[in-house]
Parts: sequence; structure tokens; C-alpha cells
Amino acid sequence: MMLKKLTTGVALALALATGPVLAAGSEDSHVTDYDFSFEGPFGSYDQMQLQRGLQVYTEICSACHGMKFVPIRSLSDEGGPGLPEDQVRAYAEFYEIYDEDIDDYRPRRPVDHFPESSLENAPDLSLMAKARAGFHGPYGLGINQFFKGMGGPEYIASLLNGYTGEDKEEAGAILYENTAFPGGWIAMAPPLYGDDVVYADGTEASMQQEAQDVAAFLMWAAEPKLGARKQAGFTGVLMLAVLAALLYLTNKRIWAPYKRKAKKAAPAE
Amino acid sequence: MAGIPHDHYEPNSSGERWLHKRLPVLGLAYDTIMIPTPKNLNWMWIWGIVLTFTLVLQIVTGIVLVMHYIPSVDQAFASVEHIMRDVNGGFMLRYMHANGASLFFVAVYLHIFRSLYYGSYKEPREVTWIIGILMYLLMMGTAFMGYVLPWGQMSFWGATVITGLFGAIPFVGESLQTWLLGGPAVGEYTLTRFFSLHYLMPMILVGLTAVHIWAFHTTGNNNPTGVEVRRTSKEDAQKDTLPFWPYFVIKDLFALALILAIFFAIVGFMPNYLGHPDNYIEANALATPAHIVPEWYFLPFYAILRAFTAEVWVVQIASFVTGGIVDAKFFGVLAMFGAILVMALAPWLDTSSVRSGRYRPMFKWWFALLVVDFFVLMWVGAMPAEEPYATISLVASAYWFAYFLVILPLLGLIEKPLPQPQTIEEDYASHYAPATGGTKTIVNPAE
Repeated sequence: MMLKKLTTGVALALALATGPVLAAGSEDSHVTDYDFSFEGPFGSYDQMQLQRGLQVYTEICSACHGMKFVPIRSLSDEGGPGLPEDQVRAYAEFYEIYDEDIDDYRPRRPVDHFPESSLENAPDLSLMAKARAGFHGPYGLGINQFFKGMGGPEYIASLLNGYTGEDKEEAGAILYENTAFPGGWIAMAPPLYGDDVVYADGTEASMQQEAQDVAAFLMWAAEPKLGARKQAGFTGVLMLAVLAALLYLTNKRIWAPYKRKAKKAAPAE
Repeated sequence: MAGIPHDHYEPNSSGERWLHKRLPVLGLAYDTIMIPTPKNLNWMWIWGIVLTFTLVLQIVTGIVLVMHYIPSVDQAFASVEHIMRDVNGGFMLRYMHANGASLFFVAVYLHIFRSLYYGSYKEPREVTWIIGILMYLLMMGTAFMGYVLPWGQMSFWGATVITGLFGAIPFVGESLQTWLLGGPAVGEYTLTRFFSLHYLMPMILVGLTAVHIWAFHTTGNNNPTGVEVRRTSKEDAQKDTLPFWPYFVIKDLFALALILAIFFAIVGFMPNYLGHPDNYIEANALATPAHIVPEWYFLPFYAILRAFTAEVWVVQIASFVTGGIVDAKFFGVLAMFGAILVMALAPWLDTSSVRSGRYRPMFKWWFALLVVDFFVLMWVGAMPAEEPYATISLVASAYWFAYFLVILPLLGLIEKPLPQPQTIEEDYASHYAPATGGTKTIVNPAE
């Protein structure tokens, strides 16, 4: 049937054509498709990598950037960096917060959130890994995102590795050339050079490694419930598949008295 | 209910009789669920159930989301993050609600195109069709306002662009826009009224769903042949139909389970695929995103909106004739709403006496082209407003209007339809023979 063919086509096209669309200047930015442990339906965060990423974030990024939507207590959540609670408490106390009740500053507690960005034009990083897309197209068809994912963490890691070393002055500000940044020139100075931190687990702190670690950490910050979500999705798909199979058999059974392929030689009636 | 002759509800116990005398609600439920349904319905007739289910899904998830959401420009974005991080299962609720909107539109477009192919909009189902179009418009309004609520960048700028369309209406536009926004620009009062309406409109949708079902239960379902069920007697009707329960309920539920399995895969494994990354940035009136793009389900009509620029000759003529009142912007708005209006008028624009596209050899191809056209429009709607996309969207928009305004009226006059079966039974029998080999009529198949 013609409509059947069309329907198949429609379903296929919907799967592909409805993907998100081109973002600004994506044509001239280069994003590497790094492998992350949390990719795919069964991927999950690598706890050690998240802890390393937290270290990079704390020692380098947080000098300017903040994560105001992320509660510090979630550092001890399952599926996250999984810090012990006393470490989380110690981490929180490192930052002060203004408390209206006592009209004074006090050390943060785990229930408080990470501080906001301290530099006015440094964007908040809570959701950065979901607010950027590394992969597009081709031609706005969304095929790349379908197979590679949205590419937020890939974009972050590529950006941190994408400095060419060139800079220029424009309107009183220094801009740095970056192959991943749309437009090619970014206001943020190169934050990583390699060996910027000393990893507690002995991993070599190459620039590549630091960039991927902090990208993974920021993905966790943006989507802390990724593991639970995938599990729910998996359970849902499995249960519905079983339900569909049962309904298929039921349907076949109840229609059986009315549906038997007509024999060509003797048409019914 | 009027319509195809069939067995009606008989109260059997004294309790049922007592209730039936006072409120025939069981009779209504029985007649609704046992409605004789053409037995040759194919898999394109499942979308109604999918849509009904999705409406319930959206309302249920929505009601719970509202318990945690704060409709204020200072806290809306943070409250959504609170739902995603702190509320038990909140991330699933929100992702199901957001992707549920996409499921809703996938289903509604397939539902609409099924009607367009099989001529479901034709006499005597015009009222069902018109109500359906009204529901589609309400859905679009609801979805648009819902997208504003998370108060991300796309929420804010999408609202600015779309309410700006009303500003293009001559004379009253500016006041109308201010009235819609509750102020001179998108802000606190826009958010609160959109929140209120986003809650109200689905309730109206529920009411219209009931009327929609009532209407087609009166006329009976259309079917792939477009041939009506015989109403000459109950026996004749039974040869063409089977009761909705259990034959079609189980069939539809099977399809629904399959579709929901795909839906859960998307929610579980790629919930942000259909969304826009920019909406994870909090709304900022001072920073305009490089590309303001609506959600995918608006793209075809967004493409039509943008297609008619000041360089297009029809726009120039319209502008000249009206003395500049209809400028390119207003023309685009008219075209966008006109694209839905011509669809609503399909029952009166289609002159063919044959309902189903199955027996219309020329129509088939024009219809196929319309489907392709729809996807082309969806695609160019997402592209920047530059060449070659501008020309493509103009051509595609022109075809959309030509299909309804020229091709449908003309085809009825020049097309020679193929022979149709006399009855649904005949069509069904050409595909399937009863297992018993005879024409046995199952008297009470539900038991």
C-alpha cells in the first residue's frame, strides 16, 4: 500500500528530520568526538573520573566560574563523584555564603549550593554540558546528534584543548583563538596547560586528560540523575516490550476467527 | 447514540436498573465502548488512542510538575532545576512531559495525514474534522506556552518572536501584543498568564476530545475504503463491522505499547535530542541567541511564516492593493494561519465524490507530494533565512496552498476514480476469509 510506504517513510524521516537544528557558527568550529564512559544506553559515569574532574573544577575553573544550581551535598550522591560525607562537609566549608538569618557570612554546608560565578562574564557551569551542542547536522537533519549524542561534554573538552596560542586585542579586550569556539575567538584565556593539578589517584595530568575529566564532571553536574534515568528507560522499554508482545498475541487470537488469508482460488462469498 | 444500528445497553440487575432510570451513564459507556467499527481499519487508525493517552499523560505529569514549579521570572528556571535534581523521579516527570509534547505532535500529524489520505474529512464528517483542527490549534497554543515556562533562552526569545507576530496585525497589533504579554515586553506577567493558560487549555482539549469522539460516533468511523457501513439493518451492519471492544481496543493498545516503548527509549536514553541546548541557559533579555528556532513541530508553519518576504511578488501586490496595510510581516502571519485554514476547509475544497485515496490514481501522487512538502517545510523552517532556503521555503509554501486551493478542487473534476468495493465486507473478504469459511455472524463477540 502506498500509505504504508509513506508511513514508513514518515517514521524514518521523523526520527531524523526532527533533531535539533544548527547552532550558531557551528560550521567553523571543530569538535572532537571524545569517548566518554557515560555514552550509550548502558554507559555510566566513571566515579574516579568525576573526582578528578571535580579537582580540576575546584582548583582551576571555580576561580572565575560558578555552579549555582548544583547542591554541594550531591557530591556524595550515588552515581556521582561519591565523596564520603565528611569530605563533602569539609569541601562545603571551604566556601563562604551570606546568611540572611545571622546577617553575616558563614561557611557553606552540604545543603548549600556551589558558589555563583565570581567573574561577571564567566557563565555559570551548572548546565553547560547540556547548554552546548558539539554535533550538528548534516544539513540540519540531526543525524549526527542521533548517533553521537548532543556533544556537550565533547564540546567542552574540545574547547579546552582548542587554543592555538594566537591572541588579538579587540575593543580593549584580549581574545584568544580557539578552534572549537563558534567564531574562533574566545575571551577566556587558556585555562589548562597540562600538569595544572596533581591527581590523587596518580593519573597523569596531561592537558587532554584534564580537559576530558572536567568535561565529564560538568556533564554529571548538568545531569546528575543520568544513571537513574537510563535505568528507568531500560525498565520501561523492557516492560513495554513484554506488554506489546502479550497484546500482539491477544490481538492475533481475538481476530483469528475473522482473519484468515483468503485462498486465491475461492474468494469468500 | 444515533448511528449504525447495534445492540444497546440493557440493565440486567436491579441495581443497574435503579441507576439507569436516574442516570444512564452505564448505557453511555456501553454504547461508546461497543460502537460498531469498520472491520477493515488499518494501522493508521491507531493514532486516536495514542493521542488520547498522550493527553492524559501530559495532564498527569503536568499536574505533578506544577506542584514543584514556580511561575516567576526569578525562580522558574531554578525551580525546573530543582525538579530535575531534588524531586523524587522529577527528572522522569519533566523529560516525559517535554518529550510527551513531541509524541503528541508526531501522533497528531499522522492522524491528520491519515484523514487527508482517506478522505475522513469529507461529508458527513466535516464537524469532526473542524473540531479536530480546533484541537490542533489548541495543542499548538498549549505547547508554545508550555515551552515558555522553563524560562530558558529559547523560551524567552521564542515568546518574543511569536507574540511579535500579533504585533504585525495592522491597527490593533501593538495593543494586542501588549495585552497578550501583560506589558511592553516578555516578562513576569507573560510568564504567569502563559502558566495559567497552559493549565487551562488542556482542560478545554479534554472537552473537545469528548465532542470529537461524539461526532464520529454519530457518523461512524471512516475506513480505508471510504465506503460507508451499511445501515439498512443490524445484520447488514454486523457484516461490515466489529465492536470496538475488544477487537480495536486490544489492537490499539498493542500499537500504543510499541509506540510507548520507543517513547521510553527516547526519554531514557536521549531525552534532550528533540530539545534545544539554548534552553538550558536561563532567559536573558540582553543576549539574543544566534538562531531563534521553534520546536520541530512548529517548523513547517514557521517556514511558511518566513517564506513571504518583501521581495515576493504576491506580497508586493498585497501591499500595493491594500495601500501598505498588509506588509511582508503581516502577510507572513496571514499565510501561516491561512495554511491551517485551507486545511480546515478541505471538506469543501475537495470536489471528488470518492472518499478514499486508495481509489484515486492521480490524487495519490499529489498527496505523496504533500507529505514530502511537509517535511521539506519542516526542514527549511530550521534553516537560516538565506538562500537557497528562502526559495525552497517559498516553493514549498506555494505547494501547500496549491494542494488545497487548486489541486483538490480540480482533481475531483478531471480524475477518473478506480472502481470501489460495494461494501466493507467485500473489501475485507478480498483480504481475509473467516476461519469458519462461511459468513457466520458472531452475535455477542465481546463475551
